[in-house]
Amino acid sequence: MEESSAKAEQVLENVLETVLHFLTSRRDRNAASLVCKSWYRAEALTRSDLFIGNCYAVSPRRATGRFPCLRSLNIKGKPRFADFDLMPPDWGAHFSPWAEALAQSYPSSLRSLHLKRMSLTDGDLTLLSHSLPLFQDLLLTSSEGFTTAGLAALASNCALLRVLDLVECLVHVHDDVVDWISSFPDTHEHTRLESLVFDCVDCPVNFDALERLVARSPSLRRLRLNRYVSMAQLHRLMHRAPHLTHLGTGSFSASELDPEPDYASAFAASKSLVCLSGFREIWPEHLPAIFPACANLVSLNFSYADINADQLKSVIRHCHKLQTFWVLDSVCDEGLQAVAETCKDLRELRVFPVNAREEIEGPVSEVGFEAISRGCRKLQSILFFCQRMTNAAVVAMSNNCPDLVVFRLCIIGRYRPDAETQEPMDEGFGAIVMNCKKLTRLAVSGLLTDRAFGYIGTYGKLIRTLSVAFAGDTDLGLKYVLEGCPNLQKLEIRDSPFGDGALRSGLHHFYNMRFLWMSSCKLTRQACQEVAQTLPHLVLEVINSEEHKADDIGILYMYRSLDRPRDDAPKVVTILH
Amino acid sequence: MESSVTYENDLNLKATELRLGPPGTEEEKSVPAPAAVRTHKRPLNETSEECTSKGSNAKHGAAPPPKAKIVGWPPIRSYRKNSLQENEGAGTYVKVSMDGAPYLRKIDLRVYGAYTQLLKALENMFKLTIGEYSEKEGYKGSEYAPTYEDKDGDWMLVGDVPWDMFVTSCKRLRIMKGSEARGLGCGV
Repeated sequence: MEESSAKAEQVLENVLETVLHFLTSRRDRNAASLVCKSWYRAEALTRSDLFIGNCYAVSPRRATGRFPCLRSLNIKGKPRFADFDLMPPDWGAHFSPWAEALAQSYPSSLRSLHLKRMSLTDGDLTLLSHSLPLFQDLLLTSSEGFTTAGLAALASNCALLRVLDLVECLVHVHDDVVDWISSFPDTHEHTRLESLVFDCVDCPVNFDALERLVARSPSLRRLRLNRYVSMAQLHRLMHRAPHLTHLGTGSFSASELDPEPDYASAFAASKSLVCLSGFREIWPEHLPAIFPACANLVSLNFSYADINADQLKSVIRHCHKLQTFWVLDSVCDEGLQAVAETCKDLRELRVFPVNAREEIEGPVSEVGFEAISRGCRKLQSILFFCQRMTNAAVVAMSNNCPDLVVFRLCIIGRYRPDAETQEPMDEGFGAIVMNCKKLTRLAVSGLLTDRAFGYIGTYGKLIRTLSVAFAGDTDLGLKYVLEGCPNLQKLEIRDSPFGDGALRSGLHHFYNMRFLWMSSCKLTRQACQEVAQTLPHLVLEVINSEEHKADDIGILYMYRSLDRPRDDAPKVVTILH
Repeated sequence: MESSVTYENDLNLKATELRLGPPGTEEEKSVPAPAAVRTHKRPLNETSEECTSKGSNAKHGAAPPPKAKIVGWPPIRSYRKNSLQENEGAGTYVKVSMDGAPYLRKIDLRVYGAYTQLLKALENMFKLTIGEYSEKEGYKGSEYAPTYEDKDGDWMLVGDVPWDMFVTSCKRLRIMKGSEARGLGCGV
């Protein structure tokens, strides 16, 4: 009798594990793991992809202990405001403890690693390359600490390397640069490479080795070059890899008088190209070369190309299929109008400033912004830097683009009101949260009163990420948000007059959040201490400079954690408890 | 309370910059309106349309001093800032290309006090002679002519406008060679 019930239980567990294999969404898996102990166990055994949104929320040991069979791991480290030099450079997010744990726990299963805003050493990369024979995919975003020596180790030792993507990383290239491209085994065998992205590795590469590498990588589909690759060299690489889907063009700026290769035919021959980027030192006279590829483009990144309206128009009028477009404001409102006329399928737009000073007039404004909203009705995500904006234009976008999921408007001049009415920008942002019912990410700017936050708290029910800077009047502003937004996970605030009362109003919600960042606000140490004592699983990090009095809070970075507070913090960080 | 935590380097190049005026004169920060100064716009192939500039910005109420450097604002990644090498007053870097040369160069215009110094630097950088400038005939005595693209997108001959105005309006330089260069020398 007992034996058959034990067998039945075993069958049930097998069935459960088999079924759970099909469950891929991490939210579903998290929910499944909470059903009961046997579901927890089965889920843990079958989870192959692990996402850790904050590297300090859980220790490496706890993660590897729970999940014995990981194939891929995605870890995020520093909070986003670290990108803007607001954190000390040695703050943390060190990958080394994770590297050691992974090498020990997953030598025969881990294939893929994605790190964002982490600090890695060459030693970490070398360890991985030696310990993980099945390692295929490495994607490093906004990370730093490693050099070309670490890249060389990966190239040498990872025989199955398929993806090596370095996106906006700070790679130290000043002393002892290693010729890492030559470290790929230079044999006659084909490599498995599908993606090689190194536009942020800011040092010359051995072009001959690169060309040979590309020539023996028949699976290569994504190639993003750095600015040390000239147009003539780009032409040769395109000839070697005519099946590329994603191309980062490098400098796009050499010019040889005689003979000049036919760049346009190279782009015409690359019939699979759907994504173009690069243009790091663009010589606009060469723009016509890309015309043959424009009709197929789904994604175009001109955000390092200082081109004017006419130059943009010559390109964009061919780009009917464009869905993602990043550009500099040098194209002016006129350029944006051209985008609006042609790119009816546009989903994501980012407009970056060439000149980020606060007191200049700026080449883009509410005119181009509104034109985009009228022309690109399917817009889902926008990041827009400008020097002037009006509520009317923002309201117009809220009505014209109801599918917006991400709305990030940065009026560069702090506390700038509506350029026409001189009113605060409350109504514009209010309309966005009211009308864009799918909105999950919002960044606000300009002159804003508590009223704007009232709108956010009332209507922003799906908002997960909110960025606030130089805004609001009183504690009420932050209270509205903390009390009104049940899905809020990431809240970053700087230079706004929110204090202790506002902080306390979020006590009911802080365990649901990934983090809270408040810098140069009106918090006191005492209030933070209270929060730390009330909620023991919260880690409150305080970073002050010498100018701060002991009671003031320079930066509060607060996050939930399952484990004890970290012990790798630099001296300038105080952890409250 | 403003954030005073700074983790950036701040080069004070202003202390060492060369200027034309006598010591103690205020440095001109604004570009004079184009209508007020006669400019020799010598024709070239492409002329880009002027970006329509907006009417003057209304002043906002409680504005902090405009020149105060705020750390981390606007929120643009240092990676992007470094790549663009934007002009923050700590230098006016412009790209220099020469017809036939495979790579662009970059120079800081504020390092030079006058056209003669700039031209000499270009001659050294590219190992060539540029010749003598004359208002009527452009550059005589060599097959090279230094040109620049100004803020309006027009291509001008280097030397046509006063030095200070040139520094603030020059977006990039191109050393032209051959017949194109000679064509520039003939009057408007």
